[in-house]
Amino acid sequence: MNGTTRRKLLSGFVVFLCGAAVVVALVPLFLIFAYVLQKGFSSLSWDFFTRNPRPVGETGGGMANAIVGTLILIGIASGIAVPVGMVAGVYLSEYGKKPFGSLVRFTADVLNGVPSIVIGIFAYGLAVLPVKHFSALAGGLALGFMMIPIITRTTEELLNLVPGTLREGALALGATRARAAFSVMVPAALPGIMTGILVALARIAGETAPLLFTAFGNRFFSTRLDQPIASLTVQVFTYAISPYDDWHRQAWAGALVLVAVVFLFSVLARVVTRRLERMHRT
Amino acid sequence: MSDTLLTGVEAPVQPVSTGRGPAPRVEDRPIPEAAARLETRRLDFWYGPKQALHGISLKIPEKTVTAFIGPSGCGKSTVLRCLNRMNDIIPDTRVEGEVLLDGRNVYAAGTDVVDLRRRVGMVFQKSNPFPKSIFDNVAYGLKINGMGRRSGLSARVEQALRRAALWDEVKDRLDTSALGLSGGQQQRVCIARALAVEPEVLLMDEPCSALDPIATAKVEELIYELKRDYTIVIVTHNMQQAARVSERTAFFMLGRLVEHDRTEKIFTNPGQKITEDYITGRFG
Repeated sequence: MNGTTRRKLLSGFVVFLCGAAVVVALVPLFLIFAYVLQKGFSSLSWDFFTRNPRPVGETGGGMANAIVGTLILIGIASGIAVPVGMVAGVYLSEYGKKPFGSLVRFTADVLNGVPSIVIGIFAYGLAVLPVKHFSALAGGLALGFMMIPIITRTTEELLNLVPGTLREGALALGATRARAAFSVMVPAALPGIMTGILVALARIAGETAPLLFTAFGNRFFSTRLDQPIASLTVQVFTYAISPYDDWHRQAWAGALVLVAVVFLFSVLARVVTRRLERMHRT
Repeated sequence: MSDTLLTGVEAPVQPVSTGRGPAPRVEDRPIPEAAARLETRRLDFWYGPKQALHGISLKIPEKTVTAFIGPSGCGKSTVLRCLNRMNDIIPDTRVEGEVLLDGRNVYAAGTDVVDLRRRVGMVFQKSNPFPKSIFDNVAYGLKINGMGRRSGLSARVEQALRRAALWDEVKDRLDTSALGLSGGQQQRVCIARALAVEPEVLLMDEPCSALDPIATAKVEELIYELKRDYTIVIVTHNMQQAARVSERTAFFMLGRLVEHDRTEKIFTNPGQKITEDYITGRFG
């Protein structure tokens, strides 16, 4: 075997390995989709979206309470995390070159890596223990803590991509540093930041652990922020470990809706990014 | 080379006797104190440990165009950016000496940098319109400076765009993004944006370096128009441009001011050999 054939063979082998890795990476995703779809689709019905859970022993009912609950929890989480995360990201990008900036950056990365159950315990100590009952607010808080580092780091990274000449342009017109950041830099980076926010939303929408002892779950329809509230993830978890076949079916349906919600956020992220980018260009 | 160069630099604005033969010397027009809008006095500047400017002293008279020329890295942009303190935002830099605007040192403690930058506007090498509409670009400076309530705003925007010779080209599309304009139009949006806040001095850092010849000609015409109302300082690598648009030219080299005089004199009868070498393209 001469050198050229050997190199060609090696090249072909490496390309094959890359392809194989892609297949291995994608197969689980498709299996999950297919399995959840197969198991859950048959249990989906109009009732599932409009009815609340029935008492134990009765069949039928739905997860309307959990769907609304998940949306409320995501809303609270974004309400906390979007402003905090974005402003922190602006800080890191505009002023974060000093040692304190590195500390904040490191802390955000560590927070991002903290197991979600630990975040749940923290929120429990912060917002459940003092008032002695579970609440939607506590659940939203836990999810918000998880979103903050993601949004902070995305905002920072995207602001760093905005050409510094824009900042100079604003400063040269008499803008203060903060004014330049919020009126020129952030709008310029907004498409990307929006994507980051939606990716963070998709991530936390599927979280169960932080909600177990914060939002807790609720078998009844509730929109009160100071009361326990249902969520798709916790409801799926509860139903899945129950001994009833009907609940198992509903758990699959719930899982399917959850996957759909996450998928929707991801698609939305793409669409919004495209829209905003086009708006900026023309 | 530095030694011979330095000796000529110590008193840069003074008439220099060069011994270049009996060629009739163009009379040096003395610059009366009152007419000097901007002045630097023994300006030194450091990027970290590296000294970029060495004792720059020069006077920029009112309502004229002054061109800064010199090879890359000679400090001409640095001097320009000292005039409205844009270098403040670069970390690890240090300034010594004075920059006087109407006789007041802009580096004195308590100077309102925001007000300084409103009075001394700037146009950058690469056009940098904000990703906003044309209108919002021009209105930006007005809004942040609290100039122009709702009603006055559009009138001021129109006036600025007219002065930048752009109004007729964009009046029907003020709400579209400035990024959709051509390079030359974008640069004129940036000029309009700077003019809108009614500065007294306009600093231009190689405003045409990214433009094609036609757009360059338009901007140059504009500069010619603007000098009736504004004091303009323009950094350029283009000798012809300096000769075309400016009345006074300052030649920098290695962070020092070599020569500053009437453009005509710099280009026809420079006081320093090195200036002549640069202008005639023997180096640089």
